[in-house]
Amino acid sequence: MAMVLSDETVKTAIDTAALTRRLRLLRRRSQVKALLLVAPLMIFLVSVFVLPIGVLLTRSIDNSDVSRALPTTAAALATWNGRDVPGEPLFAALAADLKASSREDVAEVAKRLNNYESGIRSSLLKTARNIRNAQAPFQAAFIDVDARWANPERWSVFKQAMPKMTDFYLLAALDLQRSEMGQITGVTPKNAVHLDVLLRTFAVSLSVTILCVLTGYPLAALMARSKGWVANALLILVLLPFWTSLLVRTSAWVVLLQSRGVVNSGLIWLGLIDAAQPLDLIYNRIGVLIAMTHILLPFMVLPIYSVMKSIPPVYLRAASSLGAPPFSTFWRVYLPMSMPGVSAGGLLVFILALGYYITPALVGGPRDQMVSYFIAYYANQVTNWGMAAALSAILLVAVLILYAIYNRLIGIDRLRIG
Amino acid sequence: MTERFIAFEGVRKSYDGKSYVVRGLDLDVAKGEFLTLLGPSGSGKTTTLMMLAGFEIPTHGSITLAGQRIERVPPHRRNIGVVFQNYALFPHMTVGENLAFPLKMRRLPKAEVTERVRHALDMVRMASFESRRPAQMSGGQQQRIALARALVFEPQLVLMDEPLGALDKQLREHMQLEIKHLHDRLGINVVYVTHDQSEALTMSDRVGVFNDGTLQQIATPHDLYEAPDNPFVATFIGENNAIAGEVMELSGGTCRIRASDGSLIAARAGVGLKIGAKTTLVLRPERITLAAAASGPNRFRAHVHELIYHGDHLRLRVSVCGCDDVRIKVPAGSVETPKPGTDIDIGWAEGDCRALALS
Repeated sequence: MAMVLSDETVKTAIDTAALTRRLRLLRRRSQVKALLLVAPLMIFLVSVFVLPIGVLLTRSIDNSDVSRALPTTAAALATWNGRDVPGEPLFAALAADLKASSREDVAEVAKRLNNYESGIRSSLLKTARNIRNAQAPFQAAFIDVDARWANPERWSVFKQAMPKMTDFYLLAALDLQRSEMGQITGVTPKNAVHLDVLLRTFAVSLSVTILCVLTGYPLAALMARSKGWVANALLILVLLPFWTSLLVRTSAWVVLLQSRGVVNSGLIWLGLIDAAQPLDLIYNRIGVLIAMTHILLPFMVLPIYSVMKSIPPVYLRAASSLGAPPFSTFWRVYLPMSMPGVSAGGLLVFILALGYYITPALVGGPRDQMVSYFIAYYANQVTNWGMAAALSAILLVAVLILYAIYNRLIGIDRLRIG
Repeated sequence: MTERFIAFEGVRKSYDGKSYVVRGLDLDVAKGEFLTLLGPSGSGKTTTLMMLAGFEIPTHGSITLAGQRIERVPPHRRNIGVVFQNYALFPHMTVGENLAFPLKMRRLPKAEVTERVRHALDMVRMASFESRRPAQMSGGQQQRIALARALVFEPQLVLMDEPLGALDKQLREHMQLEIKHLHDRLGINVVYVTHDQSEALTMSDRVGVFNDGTLQQIATPHDLYEAPDNPFVATFIGENNAIAGEVMELSGGTCRIRASDGSLIAARAGVGLKIGAKTTLVLRPERITLAAAASGPNRFRAHVHELIYHGDHLRLRVSVCGCDDVRIKVPAGSVETPKPGTDIDIGWAEGDCRALALS
């Protein structure tokens, strides 16, 4: 009897294992199918989005230009004690590297090194030109071209620039630098610009978000309450900006806000302001806030509207039947229930505003330019990819931190866009 | 009727300015009464309730609550508890916060709020659910909380708008009893809207039947079932056979009706019946007996069309007195089963059928 029982047990156990395998196989098949369906989009996204951004971001810590152009020098520097004037072997190594490198590579190295010590660029380029035809002993030849080669500091710049990775750009993006002793310190106030720009970017984005909430919430409420053609008309008016180019909309604000523009002319005509002193509405912070709020408003209104649409009116009736006067009904019931829309819109507007470039550039003054302006400046005008990438990385990290805070406080699953 | 607590006088309501949803409602409700408004959808019963709650304003007429005209008082100052069909518990608040809401709105001291919330939860036996969110509860549990929330601020009147509509049958019957017991215990007024007639009959002191914007009849469940005023109420409440005929004789409470095939039927006379007038004779299927048991004046030959087995009873569809859709309900096993296509003798007592005036 016991024998039979154990046989039965074994048989069931085997069947279960087989069944599990079979189930897993079937599940995997459907997973593969699903994966194949999304594959084209995945490949597209990875190749044109994730990959370029990833590559760009590595530029913020990439420092291989110097060590790649000067491999022998890198090896020789490893044995240098860092205090005395180096001996002939290091000079010989640098000479060999300079002779072996193309002019472009030397120019790149010179530009890089100039970040650490201004003036080193021209010195190195001049030395490189002269050293091509020089013979040993190179120590004398170098010092002959420029006496500063006898300074140990000059060589410590090379040593600093040698590692393949650097935190130089990231620190610079936060107005920090490494002292010669390797400690992180603030840069001189004269050079401290980036932190200011980052703070300004956050301040402008926050102001725009608040303005969007204040103007967008009542508009969304009106849309959610109206019916028929009124609701349609309002929706079209909100969507209209989406159908117009960003540039056109921004330029329209220039027409409206300039000192002889529509707004000022109107106010002068009404006698509210003196014709000799029109209001400064553009090329300053006010202009940036007005134009950005207008452009980003739909991103605030639509999430709030869609959440409000889904709030059944019976909750408002319930609140009022329980004795809540209209304001309490709004404050204790309607507002909390529409909050997911407000936070979704707020997050959306804030993140979009952080990256704004064209609008502040067109309607802002020099003190209103945001971080994207400087990214573009470093990437397009001075071709400092390291700085451009570092600022981008800081911006990205800031957005991710924000997202994490949002997720912790409200929960990303409560985000409702539509 | 002891004390008039709620009174509707000449109340009319129109939404579109073209037609009335409620036309000319006069209704008195006594203190402590459980009144149910029953009717098909669109009959005006919910609009009537909403006017009482204050969510709709009557186009004409007055509504009085405890001696005060209230038709222009906003809902939050009426002090009326409302239980909604889908409970309407605030999803962003816990059960405790939901119950505390009406008390906080009335600015009660904190200690009293806590005390009353606990008491209300005990009343619906949900004390352990205080910190739950509505989404974490079943429909029946949410319903109990909605009930507790409507009662926690001790209103004299609680309105219920099809509160059990979303529950399954068993739970619904259980909750019906629970609501009934709460009403008996607290002595409050309840106005209850439903389209479920068995719910109306089991719970109410009185039932008002609505159709087409007018109150057709308001009576106790017993009177409504036994003595309907008009053919609509007769066929809407329970099952009824309607046989067309003409009034031949009328004496006191009884009358004789000639059916379309010429047979004479003795019946009780409804209000407003006149000799020579057309009438509808209503007769409950369970009051018709098969020949063996039949006696008295109303004995007829009927032709059996159909026989349906229902377990505990049988249903027959027969032709009799010129009407070919008369239904008979007999307990299973009580009689020999007639066969479809045959003729049988049936009969009913004079007191079991009523001749109603056509409106």
